[in-house]
Amino acid sequence: MTSVSSDSHMWNLVFLQLLLEENGGNVINLGACTPDELVMSECLRIRPDALVISTVNGHGHIDGLRLIRKIRGHSVLASMKVVIGGKLGVHGSRQAGSRAELVANGLDAVFEADADLGRFLDCLGLGTPAPQRVAPTEIRST
Amino acid sequence: MAPPTGPGRFTRFVRRASSEGKLVVQPRMGFGTVEQMRAGLDAVRTVDAATVGTITVDSYTRVNDHASALLALEKGADLNGFPLVAHGAAVTRELLAGIAGDDFPVQVRHGSALPGALFEGLVAAGIDATEGGPVSYCLPYSRVPLAQAVDAWAECCEMLAGISEPVHLESFGGCMLGQLCPPSLLISLSILEGLFFREHGLRDISVSYAQQTNQQQDIEAIHALRGLAKEWLGDTDWHAVLYTYMGVYPRTRQGAYGLLEESARLAARSGTERLIVKTAVEASRIPSITENVDALERAARAAEREAVAEPAGIPDSGIYEEAQAIITHTLTLGSDVGKALVRAFALGHLDIPFCLHQDNANRCRARIDDRGRLTWADPAGVPIPRARDLARNRQRLTARGLIDMLSYNERRYDHPSRTSHPR
Repeated sequence: MTSVSSDSHMWNLVFLQLLLEENGGNVINLGACTPDELVMSECLRIRPDALVISTVNGHGHIDGLRLIRKIRGHSVLASMKVVIGGKLGVHGSRQAGSRAELVANGLDAVFEADADLGRFLDCLGLGTPAPQRVAPTEIRST
Repeated sequence: MAPPTGPGRFTRFVRRASSEGKLVVQPRMGFGTVEQMRAGLDAVRTVDAATVGTITVDSYTRVNDHASALLALEKGADLNGFPLVAHGAAVTRELLAGIAGDDFPVQVRHGSALPGALFEGLVAAGIDATEGGPVSYCLPYSRVPLAQAVDAWAECCEMLAGISEPVHLESFGGCMLGQLCPPSLLISLSILEGLFFREHGLRDISVSYAQQTNQQQDIEAIHALRGLAKEWLGDTDWHAVLYTYMGVYPRTRQGAYGLLEESARLAARSGTERLIVKTAVEASRIPSITENVDALERAARAAEREAVAEPAGIPDSGIYEEAQAIITHTLTLGSDVGKALVRAFALGHLDIPFCLHQDNANRCRARIDDRGRLTWADPAGVPIPRARDLARNRQRLTARGLIDMLSYNERRYDHPSRTSHPR
């Protein structure tokens, strides 16, 4: 699990780690403000079943797109399952074009802030809890 | 060079408002383009209240990725703040011409662990107020090693201290992940960062506290903060700043304004000089200019109404005693404040609950008790009185339990009739 390079938010990562672990996942949490190179090198070292990108600062569309292009461009990581979720743009509302662009560039799934957690866990092949909303976190925090 | 005498422009403005019985209100506001940023500052300046302007930088600038900020500007992509370094000092100076002045100071807010380039840029642009700190902008906001952030901030403070007109520096130590950090720890960190600023030559500073989950507890905490600031920073030109709740924010307009107005009343009742507000749309997106103006006016009116009320008694649950113990212990751990901070975190004697930074022990835990007070679930290595007894409060935390605590204020304000003290 990781954030993206420009996103310093942590609560989303703390929450998702607990959730994935409770549902049988084994989580390595790379934390916030993760440079693309660190995400790539850790994925090559660990070879995870899936990479979960969680970001809420509104730069997810830009940073997530750059990261997935690098991942899909790498011979070893091209087939790794990668999903992204959180608050991906600064406008709050869903931006269908951006979402489609993320998927077109290789994201296996995109979960906006009000997505269903069951569908998220399903996507990772983990257990399904009662439906609840994904952790909301504020966009700006300084 | 002669040491600066008297407070700088920012603090003079705050003191003047305070002497007139007015709370200074300030937004969090940053836009990518000069035009938007100017419109935002102009709108804040004309609000019917004592306002300070804010330029919040974008998150590329925060992590010193100025190339990405520049690229976004060239492409016309949305940025979540003003890329001050990418725009450059000349453009920023021009932005502020005819706006910033004695009656409208402007502060740069940023979140950068290594703010050297930003501070050089803002000083070159003629800006004389900013904020942050070696701990508060390193551990929650970066992957920078704490020792490196401490060195960078020491250098930055000395650079600011060398300017003839005093520059204001606010410690962000009163926030620390926004929620689930016990009040005494928040206060200790803000005072310790204030001492760090002072050690590196700054005299014009503010200490901070973020609204938490219980008004009575927050009043005690701010009272303790002010007492400790008098003791430890009495020879500086200090004031206190309150942040409207920095955690998961109510989603309804009514709930969001309810929590905002509660923070304004808290500021008024506790003698806090300055308040940084949140807006009605905080939970979902970056607010517009109008939404910021609404929030500032609401906060100012709520504070004015409260100012005529009788001051309440100050409760004492031991926040002052805990904070004093943390500060005095930390200062024994190094020959200067910076070294003491690095050593304290390495030992886990300072420890931010849930913070994932590699230099944070992440062993201590907080919880919200049945009265809605933010208390220790386990202080771990933090040297507070009765730490061993408190460690027994620790329980296994589930994802649901965490969300319940994180969304405590959201539930309380969005559904005030449903429950007054949710778990």
